[in-house]
Amino acid sequence: MLTNLFDGVAYGMLLFVIACGLSVTLGLMNLINLAHGAFAMAGGYITVLLVNGWGVPFFAALPIAFVASALIGLLLERTLYIHVYRKSPLDQVLFSIGLVFMAMSGVAYMIGSQQQFIKLPEFLGARFEVLGASIGAYRLLIVVVCGLLAAALQFIIARTRFGSQLRAAVDDPVVARGLGINVDLVFAATFAVGSGLAGLGGALGAEILGLDPTFPLKYMVYFLIVVAVGGSAGMMGPLVAALLLGIADVSGKYYLPQFGSFIIYVLMIVVLLWRPQGLFSRAGGR
Amino acid sequence: MSSRAENIAAATKALHGVSRIRPAEIVFWLAAVAAFFFLPDQYLLLNEVMITGLFALSLDLVLGYGGIVSLGHAAFFGFGCYVAGLLTKYGVADPLLGLVIVAVMTGLLGLLTSFLVLRGSDLTRIMVTLSVGVLLSEIGNRLAWLTGGADGLQGVAPDLLLGRWEFDIFGKVAYAYTLAVTFVLFVIARRFVFSPFGWSVRAVKENALRTSAIGIPVNRRLIVVYSLAAAIAGIAGALLAQTTQFVSLDVLAFHRSADLLLILIIGGTGYLYGGLVGALLFKLVQDAIANLTPEYWEFWIGLILVSIVMIGRERIVGLPAFLLKRLRGVA
Repeated sequence: MLTNLFDGVAYGMLLFVIACGLSVTLGLMNLINLAHGAFAMAGGYITVLLVNGWGVPFFAALPIAFVASALIGLLLERTLYIHVYRKSPLDQVLFSIGLVFMAMSGVAYMIGSQQQFIKLPEFLGARFEVLGASIGAYRLLIVVVCGLLAAALQFIIARTRFGSQLRAAVDDPVVARGLGINVDLVFAATFAVGSGLAGLGGALGAEILGLDPTFPLKYMVYFLIVVAVGGSAGMMGPLVAALLLGIADVSGKYYLPQFGSFIIYVLMIVVLLWRPQGLFSRAGGR
Repeated sequence: MSSRAENIAAATKALHGVSRIRPAEIVFWLAAVAAFFFLPDQYLLLNEVMITGLFALSLDLVLGYGGIVSLGHAAFFGFGCYVAGLLTKYGVADPLLGLVIVAVMTGLLGLLTSFLVLRGSDLTRIMVTLSVGVLLSEIGNRLAWLTGGADGLQGVAPDLLLGRWEFDIFGKVAYAYTLAVTFVLFVIARRFVFSPFGWSVRAVKENALRTSAIGIPVNRRLIVVYSLAAAIAGIAGALLAQTTQFVSLDVLAFHRSADLLLILIIGGTGYLYGGLVGALLFKLVQDAIANLTPEYWEFWIGLILVSIVMIGRERIVGLPAFLLKRLRGVA
């Protein structure tokens, strides 16, 4: 019971780190980016190549995965996404699905379509008993890292100068520009960090989520659920949504395997109908 | 007062002008019939293109006329496919009767799910339609005892068409059957979009708030157009099940919904023929790419999607008209 709960929390934390970038681009900037999972996949594959291919230590590979995914995100934002911000939702859907297809076959072409496994350090395979729950070191690491990231993000958005610039740029880009905020730069930086975090999540979670070229499509709905349910009021909404989703999915698959992922999709539909702006929407948000 | 009467007369005339049958439309359908006589070794391909075209026509009603962006339209197609397959397998093997039952059942499914797309923004609609699509696909997978799961539904053997023609392996009867059904549904859809009701649906797409202000019940319009489109998508699925005599989980897959959007975008939305034209172009492109790189053709589909958005849909759709204008200007 507790073991399941803990696994669910770890799973949810992963979903949060991957999807938090999306909750800003999609939830705040209204950019329908179905290709967000592709950045997570990029991070995962970079880690696989570094750790398995070049023998880079796992913990050194994680920051590299973050930076590399962020750079890919920045490059795509500057060259492609920047033209899509103001397009219609239909165009954004077409564009990002196109990117997903390209990423999937690109990876399958270059690396192959088999599932990848990262050689984790030995000590991450350890398990220990806490209050009757069996806790894996690997999942504990995920919870700790992702928890710290969540706290840092919340701090950045709520307390720092950059955070207030971002909130201003999202609420009213025109006025924000008038106040001397470089809106394009803020958006680009946000997009890059969001992609980087997705990459980091993909790298950390390759073992739990499974890494193969269908990754962006397989988890697309999950990331969308985190954003849709979490709403756009800061980072706490997506975090709670991701944790709920993780726990529901893990325990759902464990206790009611015949229903599989039903519960989650039905939950998402119900939440969207009940509160189209998400559970934690804020006044004045779009 | 006379100016009011004149206005009405002018408007009626304009509407009749828009809805009159153009020579190009007659040529299009003649070509489809001619294909039956002159391309006997392409029946299977033609059949598939025609079914996809009908499926895309259904999305055109939702997207091009109703303005609802759907990412889960394959739900109706796949549902129709499975209903037709199961009907045929377990008793009701008459193809036409099967189509009618499928139309009613998918129409009902459309009616039920239409309430989900009435609320919220485009984003909410995209996510809800996407979830419905994934949900149905998951149900199809879980009910393996009924649907055959990943192995597919086998043993779908429809009766003779109208008690006379057997579905042959070359697809001759299949293509004729699909063509006839598509034509009938096309005429119905055409009648629908040029009716006063159809014009009010377009008004909803242009501006829902103003439309409701002049007394048109916006939600009811969307419910009707969504259910009708669902029924047509279901019939397209049923045609596939009956003519290929096999149903696989692939009919519910997400990529089918995504491909369908691409097909409709290539062909152009909001003039009914976009789906059929797009289906033909898509098939040609797909075949050409698949010959080059059989495994990685999705990459090129993705590239086409990205390019379309980068260049701008209006420019691509407007290109033929633009070229024609230039040619005429020069001549």
